[in-house]
Amino acid sequence: MMGRTIFIDPGRCIGCQACVSACRECDSHRGKSMIHLDYTDPGQSVASLPTVCMHCEDPVAPCAEVCPADAILVTADGVVQQADTTRCIGCANCVNACPFGVPKIDLQAKLQMKCNLCYDRTAYGLAPMCATVCPTGALFYGTLEELQAERPGVQVADSFAFGDVVVSTGVAMVVPADKVQWPVPGGLPVVEVNGVDVR
Amino acid sequence: MTATDPAKPAPLPLDPAIAPPGTRNFRDAGGIPADRWHADQNGETLVPTHCCFCGVQCGMYLRVDNAGKVFGVEPRNHDINRMRLCPKGINAYQQVNHPDRLTSPLMRRSRYEEFKEASWDEALDFTVSEIRRIQAAHGNDAFGLLGGASLYSEKTYLVGKFGRVALKTRHVDYNGRLCMVSAAGANKLAFGIDRAANPFSDILLTDCLLIAGSNVGECFPVMTQYVWGARDRGATLIVIDPRETAIARTADVHVPVKPGTDSAFFNAVLHVIVEEGLTDEAYLAAHTTGWDEVKKTVQAYPPARSAEICGIPASQIVQVARMFAGADKAMAFHARGIEHHSQGVENCLSVINMCVATGNLGKPGAGYGTITGQGNGQGGREHGQKADLLPGGRSIMNEEHRRQICRIWGIDEADLPPAGTSMMEMVWQMQRQEIRGLIGICNNPFVSLPNYGAVKQGYDTLDFHAQFDFFLSETAANAHVVFPVTVWAEDEGVMANTEARVVKHNKAQEPPAGVRTDTWVMCELARRLGVGDKFDFAGSREVFEELRIASAGTVNDYYGITYERLEATGGIAWPCPSTEHPGTPRLFEDGRTYHPDGKIHMQVVEWHPPMDAYTEEFPLSLTTGRTVAHFLSGNQTRRLGALVEQTPRPWVEVHPSHGFRDGDPVRVVTRRGSEVFPALVTEAIRPDTVFIPYHWPVPTAANALTIDALDPRSKIPEYKVCAARIEAAERVDEVPAPPTAPGRQAYPETQVSRTDPLPPTSSQGRGTAERS
Repeated sequence: MMGRTIFIDPGRCIGCQACVSACRECDSHRGKSMIHLDYTDPGQSVASLPTVCMHCEDPVAPCAEVCPADAILVTADGVVQQADTTRCIGCANCVNACPFGVPKIDLQAKLQMKCNLCYDRTAYGLAPMCATVCPTGALFYGTLEELQAERPGVQVADSFAFGDVVVSTGVAMVVPADKVQWPVPGGLPVVEVNGVDVR
Repeated sequence: MTATDPAKPAPLPLDPAIAPPGTRNFRDAGGIPADRWHADQNGETLVPTHCCFCGVQCGMYLRVDNAGKVFGVEPRNHDINRMRLCPKGINAYQQVNHPDRLTSPLMRRSRYEEFKEASWDEALDFTVSEIRRIQAAHGNDAFGLLGGASLYSEKTYLVGKFGRVALKTRHVDYNGRLCMVSAAGANKLAFGIDRAANPFSDILLTDCLLIAGSNVGECFPVMTQYVWGARDRGATLIVIDPRETAIARTADVHVPVKPGTDSAFFNAVLHVIVEEGLTDEAYLAAHTTGWDEVKKTVQAYPPARSAEICGIPASQIVQVARMFAGADKAMAFHARGIEHHSQGVENCLSVINMCVATGNLGKPGAGYGTITGQGNGQGGREHGQKADLLPGGRSIMNEEHRRQICRIWGIDEADLPPAGTSMMEMVWQMQRQEIRGLIGICNNPFVSLPNYGAVKQGYDTLDFHAQFDFFLSETAANAHVVFPVTVWAEDEGVMANTEARVVKHNKAQEPPAGVRTDTWVMCELARRLGVGDKFDFAGSREVFEELRIASAGTVNDYYGITYERLEATGGIAWPCPSTEHPGTPRLFEDGRTYHPDGKIHMQVVEWHPPMDAYTEEFPLSLTTGRTVAHFLSGNQTRRLGALVEQTPRPWVEVHPSHGFRDGDPVRVVTRRGSEVFPALVTEAIRPDTVFIPYHWPVPTAANALTIDALDPRSKIPEYKVCAARIEAAERVDEVPAPPTAPGRQAYPETQVSRTDPLPPTSSQGRGTAERS
């Protein structure tokens, strides 16, 4: 996990879509939001969950790995950038490769777009626009220590199992303290949680 | 694996090449412009101001380009919101240069004609001649004035003065009447002061937080950071709400009371607190009157009885009582859910009784609060816009108060009219032709008042109707004259938020050609009515100076607040009697209230059923509320593409036990009418209750169905409960597009609301994040 990153806490999400609006307003892809907001159990619950780019670290971000044009660059501090407009051919390989369903393709412009962790803001020490405005802290930007100082005892995970493949990410997810080893309901078996092999 | 974070990374080198245009200095300074207002590199300026919407009043910067036009928003690290914003706040700037803005007065001599653009002189002269004609024929009180609580306090002060001094009418009221007057009435009865007792920051210090009738997550999203901050410290959270809202979902106890039964619930909670000996008798003996009567009354509300009234398990009542009274420091917050009732004042008093009986008052982390719906719902009534109030919260019935204000205004005491009637009562007077002319300022009763049929009939009966607004609201579209006025970013002024913290809004751009400030229009009308000497104000700053003096020495004392102090401090809570006084963020720290005897006057509360009786024909409760993307009557937010896309239309929330499927057309019928909405089937609502959000006009208006029964003391309508039934229908009613001035095409991005018949995708009715 990179030093200062986004932590997603679905337990705090109120589904207000401030992050969606904020993403639309930030400078790097103004007018388009790169955030997905999902309602996880409609009809039974008001629960919701924002997804930003997880900035995969290991293996190298799948979107960048499959890009035939080498358009998706990863910076030294681990931020997976959106497609370089001079290289992107709009082939959508990245869309298919991303296990989190993050990149979007503008078919007319033949251009991929995705969250680049508001590089224009974070490079100057500001939080990304979505995490800045999130009214509840469901999106938190900072270090793990800063998160834990605010929320004592909080547990986070930054590796996700997809079948045999475990993807470690630069963005982390807050998980319930008493349920860190629960498999995703209906999902695939958990391989490793918080550094512990649970097979 | 997680993550042990390495040592704090070294700051990245600053590369000017990747800095976004114009915001270098701002970003370098970590969120605050290095030289405050001007973060200028390529002409961009950041103007510090506040959101125009709800009572939280989040700080924000408006981004202004080098041509002086507002084009964006930047979060601001203000005390209240600490950079956070909700979707309404983020998108608010889009209304400043919106294509639907009115830029010329509209006029017609009768409702059978089309609007025509008119010059300011024509529109003002016509209005003045109509005022003169109606008042000459039917008396001064035949002309009414309705203000708004989205206006700056300076303007609300001017509305009150304009009504009494220029129109000389008793009929002055405002749309805050539909907001928090029940809470205000209760606070005044109990404490002699009309405001919340604690600042938001006290929530972080509490051990038990009770939220009653408030969908905090959707109506006041930025306040949730305080709720979560308290939870992080281990505070327990109790939510009283018929719906499982986002904040209720994560509460320790969610009590889904039946709408209209809140005081029965709180009386039972107090019953248990007394039974179990959890009261703070020392505090009660030292600081209260009326406790014995209250104690006797709550004996009649054992948990078993109230549980039956409220439709909840009795064990929840006991649990809430122990949790609240057992906490070291406890706080209670409420909003429209318990206030919009024919017993709204009593509901609020029952919460106050619970706080007082447990000694939770006047300490950090202990107290009560009402969460204001409109931006200036608090400040909007403090300075004379309400029918029974004069500036400084003075009573219009009090001889001494009348004398003081007449001296300040320079008018004869005999010329100051007596108290008028409330907003809904004025509509009934319009129906009876007791009121024949009306000026409405920045309000939209066609969507916001209950029982639309009566409202439409009342307004249609008027001989003359003028509206001030910056978009053509549904109400303005029915007027004879519409004055195009400024949006919040085109003028300066103050608002008082939920905490009674007065904050200053700054001017970010010049108004478009043809648009005037509300202040200018009122002063110009007054001049043409022959009282220009009493309205010689160049702008908000001069009005504020008079307001300060007019409030001096009252409970609502603003005298020590100046624009300069507000800019330097980020906000000051009233009372603030001198320019050295730091303001009063927390009330009653010395144990004294604002009654002459310094005591808390506890009030007996008896529950009675809602005004609309349940029968076999109408067995269900209909309740209404807001959704996160829209604000009040929606005149502003239903025109902003992103918010329309987020929530394009209203729906009806029904429990699965009624047998509907998501999206089914459901006709909701009450004694006032019927409308068809798509069903949103969810277990997050009581089986005997249905819910409709109220931001849309007919034929998709919740308020075409709600009842115009009023609380006898506060005169707030009973929006939150009426008897209803639901039945299957053929097709849903289509949402009409917002009205626009003649010759203008409706803004295309808002047309989705007309064409999308789909139900929302989640229990809270929010649309998908992205339509693409």
